[in-house]
Amino acid sequence: MKLSDMARFNWLVVSRHRFRTAMVMLALIIGVSAVNLLIGLGEGARLFILGEFSFLGKNTLIVMPGKKETTGGMPPISGESPRELTLRDSQAVQRLPEVRLMAPLVVGFAELSYQGRLRESLIVGTSRDFMQIRKLIVQQGQFLPQSELEEARAVAVIGRKLKRELFGPEPALGRWLRAGDRRFRVIGVLSSKGQSLGMDFDEVMLVPVASAQALFNQEGLFRVFAEVRSYDYVNNAKDRILSVITERHDGEEDVTVVTQDALLASFDEILRTLTLAVGGVAAISLIVAGVLIMNVMLISVSQRTDEIGLLKALGADGTTIERLFLSEAILLALLGGISGLLLSEAILAMGRSFYPDVPLGSPVWAKVAAFLTAILTALIFAYIPSRRASAMEPVAALNEGKGVS
Amino acid sequence: MTFMSSPVEAADLVELKSVDRHFQLGDQTVKALDAVDLSISCGEYISVMGPSGSGKSTLLNILGLLDQPSRGEYILDGISTTTLKDKARAAYRQSEIGFVFQSYHLIPRMTARANMELPLMLAGISPKERAARIKPLMERLGIADRAEHLPKQLSGGQRQRVAIGRAIMMKPKLLLADEPTGNLDTASGTEVVKLLEELNREGITLIVVTHDLELGKRARRQIRMVDGRIAQDVLAGN
Ligand SMILES: Nc1ncnc2c1ncn2[C@@H]1O[C@H](COP(=O)(O)OP(=O)(O)OP(=O)(O)O)[C@@H](O)[C@H]1O
Ligand SMILES: [Mg+2]
Repeated sequence: MKLSDMARFNWLVVSRHRFRTAMVMLALIIGVSAVNLLIGLGEGARLFILGEFSFLGKNTLIVMPGKKETTGGMPPISGESPRELTLRDSQAVQRLPEVRLMAPLVVGFAELSYQGRLRESLIVGTSRDFMQIRKLIVQQGQFLPQSELEEARAVAVIGRKLKRELFGPEPALGRWLRAGDRRFRVIGVLSSKGQSLGMDFDEVMLVPVASAQALFNQEGLFRVFAEVRSYDYVNNAKDRILSVITERHDGEEDVTVVTQDALLASFDEILRTLTLAVGGVAAISLIVAGVLIMNVMLISVSQRTDEIGLLKALGADGTTIERLFLSEAILLALLGGISGLLLSEAILAMGRSFYPDVPLGSPVWAKVAAFLTAILTALIFAYIPSRRASAMEPVAALNEGKGVS
Repeated sequence: MTFMSSPVEAADLVELKSVDRHFQLGDQTVKALDAVDLSISCGEYISVMGPSGSGKSTLLNILGLLDQPSRGEYILDGISTTTLKDKARAAYRQSEIGFVFQSYHLIPRMTARANMELPLMLAGISPKERAARIKPLMERLGIADRAEHLPKQLSGGQRQRVAIGRAIMMKPKLLLADEPTGNLDTASGTEVVKLLEELNREGITLIVVTHDLELGKRARRQIRMVDGRIAQDVLAGN
């Protein structure tokens, strides 16, 4: 029997038994859309969280003082604390041909005050390149000037919220504010970057790196960001930076250079596992659909015994009958699976329109997996009923439903 | 009238050799067929009569490979069917044997055309060729204008003609009809019988089970069954 004929034959069966078909489809729709929805939600959450934390581009390398002990081996025998990362180190990094932008970072908290208004704030000492690396936009005034890194100019760029809280509606540009025991002239106000889990730039004050060093009386850098010319150079640049600094530190490899991807990778893994687990739980709901399919098919087989007998009398062998019933289940699974996917995609699309920030949506593999699971479930649970149909003796089947139509 | 003593000829289409068909009902054995010997040549027209429960349907089912003997041998077209597997038996039913039932056995959700199409569909014949084969047959059976009707929209006689069309769709050698007129009034019953006889004249081997003495007497060879045995096997007009 041709596949197209089987499809047509079964289409008549499923379209005639509307209620039965609707029940099975409903169960499959719930199962398939649960899988797709939950994975879609999980993926959306994962991408959202990663997006929030991935404040740096793919080309950016992060240099941190100290050796990250990934192997968990013995602590260094020499009691020496790791050497600090200096401004000179960062300048050496900047001179590398692969490095396009470089921003050293000194970070600390200080109390800001302006005309009696006080506020504790995060202060970041850095360079002009930082604006480009973090893709910051200046709303008023200008960003930190391009100058020698050692130059401790008394200028500051402040976040929007900080500006509002310290200056209110008054203009802030050109005003002097106090931070700890130093004074800074406001030369720029950042435009809102939105809520970012990485760092809230609405509440930050940016100053030249040397000024921050002086303010916090701290030589060592917290981090150095280095943006490489292109992604192809990332690994190369990573090695170069490491060797340059190691050389400057008398051959001791006491800094760590990582990409943001590496930092996020382990985090990503946890979220991914979680999504999979949730999707797997949803897939279990398909077993419920499977049991329903089995019952429906068993009923179908017993209701259609005389039809099975007839088909055998007309020349169908056991295999054909088995295939006929299996394909009926597959047809139901196709209908339910497609409807389930459409429904869940519609819900995800609706979710996206309500929460545009969260990239809700399941990856293609999840859709394929949900769909195939539905088909597989149908096949597995329709197997016993189909075998039962195929094993019927033609004469017994024919006699059972004597006197129809 | 002469008593037939199972003649063995080269042209035998069907040969039963001491076939038994026993049913076990609790601790009781029902002998639906009891040591039946029967030879049928190509092109014969046979009626099978006898009291209810005498084994007529059982005989027909075995001849049609719908049922298997408990004992004995059934040779169809020179080949012993006793050891044939399901696939081979199905292939015989498909191409060599046509069945007509008292209750028509049409699939209620399918149109007259689709019902007639079934054997062709099962045989994997293309839709184009199916259409080409069905059209002239429907015209011949006088149901061309009912092609798209469902069985419940057809009269008994029309239904049985659809069923006959379905049975001969694959041009079988052997046409088995189990009380084909049992559910019909005299007029449409006679029409159906005439149709079957016409097919027989064109060469098909026809075996009709009937309770109707008049109909039974129209056959050239008449078999009478009693208690699972062939009690009488006569050639009419001799
Ligand atoms: N599947 C079965 N299980 C048990 N007994 C059966 C079965 N099929 C037939 N029989 C018995 O075998 C005997 C012959 O049955 P069969 O149907 O061949 O009779 P019949 O001559 O066709 O009768 P009728 O004229 O009433 O159709 C009967 O006694 C019947 O009860
Ligand atoms: Mg009978």
